[in-house]
Amino acid sequence: MKITRAEVEHVAHLARLEFDEAETEKFTSQLNDILLYMDKLNQVETRDVAPMTHAIARTNAFREDRVRKSLPLEQALANAPDPRGEFFRVPKVIE
Amino acid sequence: MELYALTIHELQDRLRAGETTAEALTRAVFKRIRAVESDVHAYITLLEEPALAQADRADRAIRDGDLRALTGIPIALKDVFCTRGFRTTCGSRILENFVPPYDATVVEKLAAAGAVFTGKTNMDEFAMGSSTETSYFGLTRNPWDLDRIPGGSSGGSAAAVAADECIAALGSDTGGSIRQPAALCGVVGLKPTYGRVSRYGLVAFASSLDQIGPFTKDVEDAAILMNVIAGYDPRESTSVPEDVPDYRAFLGRGIDGWTVGIPKEYFVAGLDPEVERAVRDAIGVIEGLGARCVEVSLPHTEHCLAVYYIVAPAEASSNLARYDGVRYGYRSPDGRDLMEMFKKSRSAGFGAEVKRRIMLGTYALSSGYYDAYYKKASQVRALIKNDFDTAFRTCDALVTPTTPTPAFRIGEKTDDPLQMYLSDILTISTNLAGIPGISVPCGYTAAGLPVGVQFQTAHFAEGKLFRIAAAFEKHANFTKRRPKL
Repeated sequence: MKITRAEVEHVAHLARLEFDEAETEKFTSQLNDILLYMDKLNQVETRDVAPMTHAIARTNAFREDRVRKSLPLEQALANAPDPRGEFFRVPKVIE
Repeated sequence: MELYALTIHELQDRLRAGETTAEALTRAVFKRIRAVESDVHAYITLLEEPALAQADRADRAIRDGDLRALTGIPIALKDVFCTRGFRTTCGSRILENFVPPYDATVVEKLAAAGAVFTGKTNMDEFAMGSSTETSYFGLTRNPWDLDRIPGGSSGGSAAAVAADECIAALGSDTGGSIRQPAALCGVVGLKPTYGRVSRYGLVAFASSLDQIGPFTKDVEDAAILMNVIAGYDPRESTSVPEDVPDYRAFLGRGIDGWTVGIPKEYFVAGLDPEVERAVRDAIGVIEGLGARCVEVSLPHTEHCLAVYYIVAPAEASSNLARYDGVRYGYRSPDGRDLMEMFKKSRSAGFGAEVKRRIMLGTYALSSGYYDAYYKKASQVRALIKNDFDTAFRTCDALVTPTTPTPAFRIGEKTDDPLQMYLSDILTISTNLAGIPGISVPCGYTAAGLPVGVQFQTAHFAEGKLFRIAAAFEKHANFTKRRPKL
């Protein structure tokens, strides 16, 4: 087994997802198959290989730190499921 | 020939000569949509009213002598590009009612060039899939055989072009999502070099791989669209400040004296015999054009799929963390506290394939597994890119099949994610290496399904890509055939 049921439940929490019994079972089995396939990579010698982080070699893309027009408040709130005044309202966070 | 069946360059000639109008053309395309859309279902959202207003503006511009690169041309947009004031769903329930407050850079550029937008095309949810079966808004059918998938994830854009429900379309390609559906629907599809086209306003899937490109009825139209969408954008930090040449200027230059590589690893077990025959014939055409075809090796090819399915889900799990039910998108009414609201919104808002990839990516990035998966994959990715760099030291271009099989049947691979992932096996290396690739129709199976040939060139060598694609297209002449609908 590459990944256990308990690990799937832990990863689901990290990803802020929840599954019922049947889904957890199915995901555990499917993720196992996929991760077993990934084992192929262990055949490749990579001791002195630098990980590739970008397809095109570039240094950091800096721009001038200048104040520019940003999204107006009403537009920023227009898609919010529960806007109130100037805020995004969410369920209670602290007791 | 009906107006909707013509190419951009054919229509531009007619518009310029006053033989037709943008309004007549737009009406013809929507008439076609009404005739075939119930069979194909290429679109999530149609934009007929705004399109007619844009057509009206185009006609006034033509009268004023202001004919631009795309004036009056009806173009479809994959529903992954933000369109100001028009909902952008990404094929997901979680964005079902999302109306972006801004346009993607490519949308701005097309609009500035005079384009008319027909609508937003269907796609696998968040561009994760190879068949357009994972869309929350229902599946798209292949215009060549309605029992088959159009490919994915940009299946709606490919099907819309193939079915003449638009003149051209834009898609996005993270592991083959333009080239694979283009091949399966018998149209031209191009993935540019990473950094060539700005992704500002493209809903992100895997940021080190995503790139935007055109679907067109022929190679010349792809060059016309690339002339409009390519270029540096200060709002997109991975876009590259390289000059954009006139891609149309490359079309007639031919490939006499070229060396074209045939990567032997792309002609292996699992390749459909009819696909192989069509691509071997294509190689014959390339040789007939004066190129020397040589076998080359890309030794790390067999690891591309594993690398891709670590890197892409890892980046996706991070990119899709933003869908939390707070600022936009679906929120579950059942969350009693913040954590429960996050979990219930995401679990109800995302479909199974998206959740599977978020899980895979979160696992690959989680404490204790990062080195074994993401780091290892990024190291092997460097070796894959190195294979291509080596090949392009001696080759002007590479030629391969675009897909291992023609379009498969609806439902055939939905229960086996790994089998589904294998349908991208010939296209994902292009994204991993960041190079450009194009799929051009190269024949049909006995059952009448289209087959595509893929050409790849070195970084920013789109000009060469257009030379070989245009030369091949001219002599093989498969782009004129249309599906019977």
